Amino acid sequence: MSMLELRQVSKVYGLGATEVHALHDVSLAVAPGAMVAVMGPSGSGKSTLLTIAGSLEEPTSGQVLVAGHELTRMSRNDKARLRRQSIGYVFQDFNLLPGLTAAENVALPLELDGVSARKAREAGLRALTDLGLADRAPSYPDQLSGGERQRVAIARAVVGDRHLLLADEPSGALDSENGEAVMRMIHTACKRGVAAVVVTHDAQLASWADRVVFIRDGHIVDQTVPAPGPESLLGQDR
Amino acid sequence: MSIRHALLALLSEGPKYGLRLREEFEAGTGEVWPLNIGQVYTTLQRLERDGLIESDDDDEQDSPQKRFRITAQGDRELAAWLRTPPDMSSPPRDELVIKVLVALLVPGTDVREVIQAHRRYLVELMQQWTRIKDADAGRDLALGLAVDAELFRLDAVVRWLDAADGRIRRAALEPPIAARDDLPRLKRKAGLAR
Repeated sequence: MSMLELRQVSKVYGLGATEVHALHDVSLAVAPGAMVAVMGPSGSGKSTLLTIAGSLEEPTSGQVLVAGHELTRMSRNDKARLRRQSIGYVFQDFNLLPGLTAAENVALPLELDGVSARKAREAGLRALTDLGLADRAPSYPDQLSGGERQRVAIARAVVGDRHLLLADEPSGALDSENGEAVMRMIHTACKRGVAAVVVTHDAQLASWADRVVFIRDGHIVDQTVPAPGPESLLGQDR
Repeated sequence: MSIRHALLALLSEGPKYGLRLREEFEAGTGEVWPLNIGQVYTTLQRLERDGLIESDDDDEQDSPQKRFRITAQGDRELAAWLRTPPDMSSPPRDELVIKVLVALLVPGTDVREVIQAHRRYLVELMQQWTRIKDADAGRDLALGLAVDAELFRLDAVVRWLDAADGRIRRAALEPPIAARDDLPRLKRKAGLAR
């Protein structure tokens, strides 16, 4: 079963003469453990695709399924719970709370969901440790570099049982070294079973994904074909 | 990379046998650019002839068993080479650029679709290089540097395609403006006219 499935999703903003078709009949399936990058120019609909996949916005038509549950058929409360418990978001500007340590920031979504403070802290520390950030747990956001803040934001996005990670230009404000560290980390989370959709215009970052989907004017126009192993490149020109 | 200067660099560490030089050359470039063994020995002969390296004895034995060391002249040549920027002043004849320019001329061709076919191919190549980088996990410095160079090179081409895509889209919407008087000279510089 796919962790995320979009079936013929369309999104129209405005009405009549001012109508803008942000997405046309977009279908996309992401299996557990898979990392999919969505590449396209600004205004192509890639961010709309992500907000609809994360149930932050309703599609005009079509269906969205997260872990087999159809979002469009869920009550507002059920949808909010699914969003809290299954989906993690990463944005360009980190969105960490400045008054909380890295560990507290990561634990926060679980605490908000009613998990006891002690269990939430344990899960938060586990998420940081899994992603190689255990030593940063007691630091406050202003004591972390931009790259570290984004990595903490990724740990927060996958804390607990969150198995769908949605990231919009997660390394947009970072230099190439930190951008790579962020993508490496998302890649690591995927190896542990998380399904990830990363929206980016940067080909180097997109190339960390198992599959790259190209979007233009609201249509998915193309996608990469899974390549054979790296050996095929090393063998060239011999 | 110039084999000549790669061999001088390896000999700058100390005297070495021909066979060892060949092995180290392959390892030093992260095995990204494999080398024809014949080239190593002919290049060594030329370097010796030019006085940039010398061998232990004058025997006519095969190069694999011969030991070479760099001369003072070889050291100077190597230092000068390291600091000489390669010529990047004129645009290379780029087959991809030519294909996109030609696509603009062929009636009934969706240039943006042509661009996408190339973009997908380049991103697929980048995915393969990134897998190599991921598998190595930063252990091999030379490999990491070579893979990064390849990724940045391919990335630059993808960025050019993205820019071309946008430029072609805008050109279709906007009326053309009058060309500048010095256009022929500028076009020659960009490699578009003789």
